[in-house]
Amino acid sequence: MSEIVSGFEYLIDNFDEFLTLLQQHIALVLVSELAAIAVAIPASILAVRNARARRVVLGVGNVAQTIPTLAIIALVFPLIGIGFWPSVIGLWAYAILPIITNTISGIENVSDDTVEAARGMGMTDWEVLRKIQVPLALPVIFAGIRTSIVLNVGTAYLAFFIGGGGLGLWVVGGIQLYNMPQVLAGAIPGALLAIGADLVFARIQRRLGGESDVNNPTAGAA
Amino acid sequence: MITFENVTKQYEDGTVAIEEISFTVERGTTTVLVGPSGCGKTTTMKLVNRLEDPTEGTVYRDGDPISEFDPIELRRETGYVIQEIGLFDHMTVADNIATVPRLNDWDEADIDARVDELLELMDLPPETYREQYPTELSGGQRQRVGVARAFASDPDVILMDEPFGALDPITRENLQNEFLDIQSKLDTTILFVTHSIDEALKMGDRIAIFDVGEIVQYDTPQAILNDPKTAFVEDFIGSDRPLKKLKVTNVKDVMSPTTDGFATTSGANSAAEMVQSDGGESVTPLTPTDTALSALSRLVESDHGRLPVVDDDRVVGTVSDEDLRQCNRGVQQ
Repeated sequence: MSEIVSGFEYLIDNFDEFLTLLQQHIALVLVSELAAIAVAIPASILAVRNARARRVVLGVGNVAQTIPTLAIIALVFPLIGIGFWPSVIGLWAYAILPIITNTISGIENVSDDTVEAARGMGMTDWEVLRKIQVPLALPVIFAGIRTSIVLNVGTAYLAFFIGGGGLGLWVVGGIQLYNMPQVLAGAIPGALLAIGADLVFARIQRRLGGESDVNNPTAGAA
Repeated sequence: MITFENVTKQYEDGTVAIEEISFTVERGTTTVLVGPSGCGKTTTMKLVNRLEDPTEGTVYRDGDPISEFDPIELRRETGYVIQEIGLFDHMTVADNIATVPRLNDWDEADIDARVDELLELMDLPPETYREQYPTELSGGQRQRVGVARAFASDPDVILMDEPFGALDPITRENLQNEFLDIQSKLDTTILFVTHSIDEALKMGDRIAIFDVGEIVQYDTPQAILNDPKTAFVEDFIGSDRPLKKLKVTNVKDVMSPTTDGFATTSGANSAAEMVQSDGGESVTPLTPTDTALSALSRLVESDHGRLPVVDDDRVVGTVSDEDLRQCNRGVQQ
């Protein structure tokens, strides 16, 4: 308990630095997450419509997720150097897979009858996708974004290794110096950030009508 | 009018769904495709809105080969109802019904009016149901919305694939009756797929009976019941063929013109209990549009050998068991 108090004191004493690091951390997460959404959703739509694209998209997404994040960051470093943008690329690569898998399964789990009815009424493939499949898959897609962003908040701690800044500076630095208050002052806000992001997206997801049951997005639709 | 000319459909895996099928669906009639599972009836229906294309042969719509139509345009002009209904759960009832009018770029005001009109027609008060979501509805209500959606842009042709299949018997019966009522007021050509011979006999002006991949008989319900062309058709109809025949026959088609001493009581207004036999007893009369089957049922429970038929407060004829037997020999058909 006294460590938490001393961590809090450390945070207050270095509040300006804390704000800078927090800001960097949030910027890393948001930019990489938005980029991941922007790439993952179109890629998933492509994957749903074309078997070859599907293999490529899922393959790339799986590889990106399988490589340890630290290794991605180590790979990005010699290729494009250090700083904010290399860190974003590393985080982005790690964030796309949950969105891809959920978007694909969300769209493919829209019942065949619904799709058949839509086609039978004269919707083009594009209209079926835009008016029927994506709206019905939205809760599942958001569940993927939620998973992805929560992971991302944790992963962003590693950006410090290639000069991306963020709360990792205090945590890693604190561990090296055996400065526990500094470690806690960096770690606890990040944990709260992850929990907060999770709660916000859970609420959005519920508003979209989806339960948190990712595996059965069309339950109750039969 | 829809014409099938020597149509064969073979799927890519080699299965032949239908082979050399030829028949014509007249404008404004309901034609029922009936047969066991896997006989090709659904495939046949999907050829009409080009959800499938034939391997060989030609389907014509009003004389033009269907292959010349754009599939998307064609489907927007053709109503479509499937057994699972396929309502869009993320849209309100009103938006579901408005699907095709919106695809056809109707005015929003016209769409609103049309949606209300259809909901009224389907016995779903618009003020209650417009803004509901499909998941809030019962099976019967969902099916009504499905049918309303198919009628929305007032198409010339509507395809219905087992539309009442998933409903309980009472709801099904009700919807069938309402549907017959609606269809009698409209000039829509309907192609109706079912596996139930009872539904086929009830709904169809003409019935195409499918065995595996081919039509074994295409005729009116009466003709099929009178003269099943093959043992398969006879089996498919079942051993209660005489009763089924009575069910599709109206009293007015079997009654004898003799009034046999029955007369309406003067001054009586209700249809029931207003006919007296010459012995002075009151007898509940039949109406000309009752089925011959209900006449039989009444004869069985009645003491009288003949029952009066009343139309417009007048006894127009009588029905006896002999009349019903005549009907079954096909003499009066």
